[in-house]
Formats: sequence, structure tokens, C-alpha cells
Amino acid sequence: MPSPRYWREKANRFHLEAARCQGCGGVTFPARTICPACRGTEFETLYLSRKGKVVTSTVVHVGPNEFQMEAPYAMAVVETPEGGRLMVQVVDCEPSDVLPGLEVSLEFRLIRREGHGGILCYGHKGVPVG
Amino acid sequence: MAGIVGYGAYIPRNRIKSEEIARQWGKDPQAISRGLLIQEKSVPGLDEDTITISVAAGRGAVARAGIDPALIGALYIGSESHPYAVKPSGTIVSEVLGVTPEVHVADFEFACKAGTEAMFVALGLVESGRVEYAMGIGADTSQGAPNDALEFSASAGGAAYIFGKERLLVEVLDTYSYTTDTPDFWRREGEFYPRHGGRFTGEPAYFKHVLSATRAILDRSGYKASDFRHAIFHMPNGKFPLSAGKQLGFTKEQMAVGWVVPLMGNSYSGSSPTGLAAVLDIADPDDLILITSFGSGAASDSFVLRATDLLPQRVERAATVKSMLEGPRHYLTYGEYAKYREKIILND
Ligand SMILES: [Zn+2]
Repeated sequence: MPSPRYWREKANRFHLEAARCQGCGGVTFPARTICPACRGTEFETLYLSRKGKVVTSTVVHVGPNEFQMEAPYAMAVVETPEGGRLMVQVVDCEPSDVLPGLEVSLEFRLIRREGHGGILCYGHKGVPVG
Repeated sequence: MAGIVGYGAYIPRNRIKSEEIARQWGKDPQAISRGLLIQEKSVPGLDEDTITISVAAGRGAVARAGIDPALIGALYIGSESHPYAVKPSGTIVSEVLGVTPEVHVADFEFACKAGTEAMFVALGLVESGRVEYAMGIGADTSQGAPNDALEFSASAGGAAYIFGKERLLVEVLDTYSYTTDTPDFWRREGEFYPRHGGRFTGEPAYFKHVLSATRAILDRSGYKASDFRHAIFHMPNGKFPLSAGKQLGFTKEQMAVGWVVPLMGNSYSGSSPTGLAAVLDIADPDDLILITSFGSGAASDSFVLRATDLLPQRVERAATVKSMLEGPRHYLTYGEYAKYREKIILND
């Protein structure tokens, strides 16, 4: 991911900025210009709360090279109380314990390093509550 | 009067026990834990660094303060493990906390004292009226060289403090700094692990500065050791702070709550600030609190603090230090620890 693209995505990576469709009320994350449900184009900006529940998950055993040090790791679709859904890594637990219904908080973590000397890319990951 | 309006702390969930490190190097585990009074230490995950720890602690501080973070006019992070050699940690942390763009930001470094250094400057800017609120953070993910005494203590964690003039949780009654040039511990540019002067880190470094700063602030403020409910001294290991406190006339009971090192290790810039957070988590209104940090190189910052009626009402808005020290933990083998701390050489 080149640095400028990471920088442009700060609103959703740092602040969980999402959009609520004025037509059907659906929440999309990250924000889009056309609603995937009703094709509406009027949106209200909202910020997802930093908590949610796992909707579905998987354990990655063979990931991209740069994530190989972390394997096996859990990836999950998490739904926040606003109805926004995001795909995040779930960490600080056994990957096999990440199952639908698990409550997680969304915490700010290092996502990846842009090569050996490149920038550090941060964002949110799920951490089981409690 | 200026004081603390919000505070938060963060300690990673990964731990390694002293006995696991001792076993790796053929040392006697009992002798090590007895000598250092450290049972286990926190270890950052592969995705945790000074920036993520500062965000986690900073979010707790904003929650307890209950203020609009955009009103924070200065943000300083003290650390000896800023992830970038060039590019501030503070810009990322400010942006994530919602403090940007009207904010003065800087990264500080002063071995283990950088956290209280950030707090000291933040307090001064609020007292002067230059800014309404200012945040000072101490956070580190420090490395000790393999098979060095520091490997048993160097840990990860941090704490954040927001200073302001109204709705104080803690009043700052006095501050004092004591600084000399003392080469007790250092890391040259480009070196991975720090070096230290062995026994030289004790009397002429830690004890001289901690005792001098604390004696001076007691003298200045007119308080005596027995006036304080709690005292926190920088914790490079378990023994040094207890010994310094005893020489200054403090009892074990006064030091017990802030003495977080046995289960956490030494989180460098985060060490005494996290000890202070543990004290604020349980302090009663009007409790007098003393904190003295120490950073090699060398200096100590001392603060005399008094808890207000508001403090106990705000504690539950964020995670307590005790909940993180005794909450969910993941114990690492030395091999896993070596991987987490990137001590294993890999091909690109
Ligand atoms: Zn729609």
C-alpha cells in the first residue's frame, strides 16, 4: 500500500468514519459514494463505536508473506451497534476462540510495515472484551 | 490552580516470567526473582509499540476527563522507543485522539524520565495560560540485551495525563527537578540494545537523583514523608524504589499501591506514571501523593499531588492498572518472546 493511499484512508482507519444512507438507513464502512443496498447517493457521516460482535470468522494459517510471523491469526467480520461491518484481525487471544457472537473492542494497533524502511501503517483490530 | 483532569494507562497482555528468562541462560530463577523482586514483565505484541500504547492510555485519559479532545492545545510523548527515528509519534497519537490540528506536539526522550518530563512541560503550559488543556504521555517498549540483567526488567506499557485548571481530579501542589550529567546508561545512534554501567547505575545515578529530588521537594513544600498516603518512585527493579523510599522515611504501606514492578517490569518512561495511575485508581479525596521519576543521564522529576473529591467518581470510566495487571494474560516461552521482540534474524 503506497503511503499516499494509507494517508487518504486515515478517516476510516483512525476514526472508523462510516456513512449512513439517507435513503434506506444502511450503514457502510468505509464510506462510499453509492449505497450498495439502494443505490442512494445521500449520506450522513457517522463514527462507529469501538466495540462490536463477531459475525463470522476464519483462521489464516498461510497468509501473505508480511503477515507470516503472525500466523495462525484470526480474521473476522465485526458488526458495531450502529450496524456497520468491518473486517478486522482479532488479536490477544487464541485464534480458534474467535467465533460468531464474541464481543470485541476495537483497539488501535500496527497493521503492517511498508517494507523494511517504509512507513508504519496503523488501524483498528478486535480484542476480546474482559 | 492547575492539576490532572484525566488519566489513563495501558499494559499489554503478553507476559514472560523471570524464571523463563533465567532458565534460558542457565541462571538460578529463585536468585533472580529474589534479587530483582520481579516475577514477570509485560511484553508488547507484534502490533504494539509506543504509538499504540500512547493511544490506548490517551483514550482512557480523555474518557476520564470528559472533555472535547480538540481543546487539548499541547501533546507530548516521552519515550526511548519511538517507532520512527525521524517522524514524531505525537502526530499519529494526536490525530487518532481527535486533538489535531490546533495543537503543539513534540516527542521527548530522557531514558526512563521522559514521561514525567512530558507531564512537567504540559503542566507548565497550562499554568502559564498558554493552553487550556495539555497531555503528557510516558510510554515505552524497551529492549534489554539478551542475557543482560536488563532483560529481566525491560517491559512495555504507558500512562497519559491531561492537565487543566478546572474540574481537577488531582491538584499539583509542587514540582521539582534535579539534573546532573551522569553516564550511567545510554544507547548510541544505530545500536539496538542499550548499555549500562552495572553497579554505577545505583548510588551515583538512581539513588543520588531520586533522593536529592525528593528531599528538595519535601523541603520546598514543607511536607514530611509521613504526611503522604502514597509514594511512587521510579522502578528499574523491585528493590531500588523500596530502598530509596525507606531512606527517605516512607513505609512499605505508603509505597505498596504504586509499586507495580513485580508484575509489570520496568516500562521505562511508562514506569512511575503507571505507578501513579495505579494509585489514582484507588486514592481517596485529600490523599497526598508523591511521585519521583528517574531517567538515566541523569535526572529526577518530583511532583506533590493531592486527590480531589472528583477523582473517585471518574475512575470507572477507563480500565484500572490492577485490571490490566491481573486481567487476561498470555504467557510466552523464551522462544516466543524472542520472536515477539524481533530478536530472531530473518531473510527479507
Ligand atoms: Zn441505501
